[in-house]
Parts: sequence; C-alpha cells; structure tokens
Amino acid sequence: MHKDLFMAFFRAGMLGYGGGLSAIPLMHKEVVKTYKWMDDDEFSDILALANTLPGPINTKLSGYIGWRLKGFWGMVNCVCATVLPTAFLMIMLLTVLNAYKDKPWVEGMSKGVLPIAAVMLGILAWDFVKKSKLLMGWPATMILTIISLLVIQFLNLHPALVIVVLIAYSLLSKGAKDDRKKAGGSG
Amino acid sequence: MMKYWDIFYSNFIANLLGYGGGPATIPLLEHEVVDRLGWFSTREFSEMVALGNGLPGPIATKLAAHIGYVQGGIPGSIIGLFASVAPSLVMLLALLGILMRYKDSPKVKMLTRVVRPTIAVLLGIMTYDFISDSYTGVGWIHTVILLVAGYILLEKKGVSPAYVVLGALIYGAVLLG
Repeated sequence: MHKDLFMAFFRAGMLGYGGGLSAIPLMHKEVVKTYKWMDDDEFSDILALANTLPGPINTKLSGYIGWRLKGFWGMVNCVCATVLPTAFLMIMLLTVLNAYKDKPWVEGMSKGVLPIAAVMLGILAWDFVKKSKLLMGWPATMILTIISLLVIQFLNLHPALVIVVLIAYSLLSKGAKDDRKKAGGSG
Repeated sequence: MMKYWDIFYSNFIANLLGYGGGPATIPLLEHEVVDRLGWFSTREFSEMVALGNGLPGPIATKLAAHIGYVQGGIPGSIIGLFASVAPSLVMLLALLGILMRYKDSPKVKMLTRVVRPTIAVLLGIMTYDFISDSYTGVGWIHTVILLVAGYILLEKKGVSPAYVVLGALIYGAVLLG
C-alpha cells in the first residue's frame, strides 16, 4: 500500500509541468482511476476544501489523501513523494549552475532566463486577473487591483498586511454578493 | 539559529497568505527573501522561478527547498519544505469538519476571491521588476526578443516550460555570455 501511495504521487508530481495545477488531473487519474482509492465526488470535495485554504494545492491534496488512506505515515509518505524528487532536482540544477557562476556563458544563461521568468509571472498575473473577473466581474476586480497597486507600490506597505485586511474584511462582511444575487434570481 | 528561523518564517508567511495555490506564494516569498532578508538578488530569484517552472512539480516547495538549502544546507532545506507544506495541511486536517460545513459559505467564497487581485498586482510588480532588470543587464533588443519568443511559445504554442527555459539558457550562453 505504501509503495502504491508513493508511486501514485511520485508519478503525478514528476509528470506535472508548469506548477501545481497541472498535476491535479494527474493525481485524479492515479487516485480515482488507477488505484480506485476514492470516487469522483470525494476527490472534487477534497479539491474544493483545499481551495478554501492558502498555500500549495498539491501538497494539501496528497497529504490529505495519504492521511485518509494510511494515517500519519501515509500523509508523510505522500507529501514526500510529491515534494522531494523535484526539490532534489531543483537544488542539484541550481547548485551546479552556481558553481560555474563566474564563467561568462553561465552568466549569460542567467541573463537569458530572466525575461522568460518575467513572461511566466506575467501570464500568471493575467490568469489571476481573469479568474478574478470571472468570479467578481470587472468593476470589483479593477477597484481591488488599483487599491492593491497603490497601497503596495506607492505607500510601500507590506503585501501581507493587505492580504490580512482583505481576509478580515471577507470574514466580517456578509459574503460574496453575486452569490446572493444568483440565489435570489433562481429562487 | 536565527537563520533557520528566518527560513521557516519567510516560507510560513508566504504560504499562509498565498491564496490561489503555489504560484500565489511566489511574490510573497520574493518579498521576504529578496526585499526583506536580502538573501538573493532579483536576478537570482528570477533564475529560481524560471528553472523551477522548467522542472515538474509544485513551484512553492521547489523554491522553499532551494532557498533553505542555499541558506542552511540540508537542514535548512527540510525546514523550508516543512514551513511551506505543514501549515496549510495541518489547517486542512484540523478544520476539516468546519471547512466541510462552510466550503459553500459566501464568506469563504469571498475570501478566496478578494485576495486574487492583490496577488495579481504582486505578480505584475515582479514581472515589471524582472523586465527592468533585464533591460539594465542586456538592453532592450535581447529583452524584447526573449519576452516575445517566450510569450508566443509558452502561451500561444503551449510549448512545455522545460524546453522554453532550455532554449533561453542556450540563447543566453551563446549570445549574452
């Protein structure tokens, strides 16, 4: 069982390129289709739960599934399978690169990937805007974006502070408006 | 000892406030390790992001492991990984009953969405910083070529980030060295 758990999350982790989200369908395949540890509904419930909390989604999924199936050590096993192989690759790659840092061609490599990192983050930023628009509409998205930009970039406040305020505001408010509208409309 | 605490704290905060999965933690982590602690330059951090995206698996944990390793060796790396994985996982297990009840609550829904524009802004600021850093380092022409090529390949053609990063490394080694 432990070997299966490890292999399932190892495969999902190693084949999921481009951040955590791409690994979710792979985890679904392993957990629901290959090993039949849980059904579709359970898996989407866990995914919804994981999304209500901050931090990486994958490790929450693999940790929780490991916990459900095999207790504490199942959780440790699944998290390790998700995290360790790629962490090891990352450290190896960057350590080798850093060892040759003073060579001009390695210096060039580091300059070459800088704009690519910019593109990756730019795409992510736009994804967050699009998702936000989908969930809240343009006006709310724009207002929150502009306020965040002003507060973080020009008032120079710590971003953590902005997020804490937003979290507090949501918990103290009456909740998402469009849901109530929708509920009212369909009722 | 202080170093290990800093490794723990920076990853803990970034992952505790990063709503929207691993990528949301990137700018918060950068704020901690580049701006506050001064452990890495913007360029070094961008290298981590690019190479990290070229490798499979979750991005937040790869960054945590590497930052921890550079600052505190293998123990540092384990502390970094623990700090990025444990808080949200413990919350998930501890609050399971409550979360099950409230996962469709309007407050929780609102919470997971109002934070997104802020994360978008943080990612946008980092994008800008990386571009202006690249301009200072290699000038407009190389920067624009790499930006445009990177965008077309990653977003329009759907080429795997691994190949795009590899291509940029070769481009850099040959033309920018």
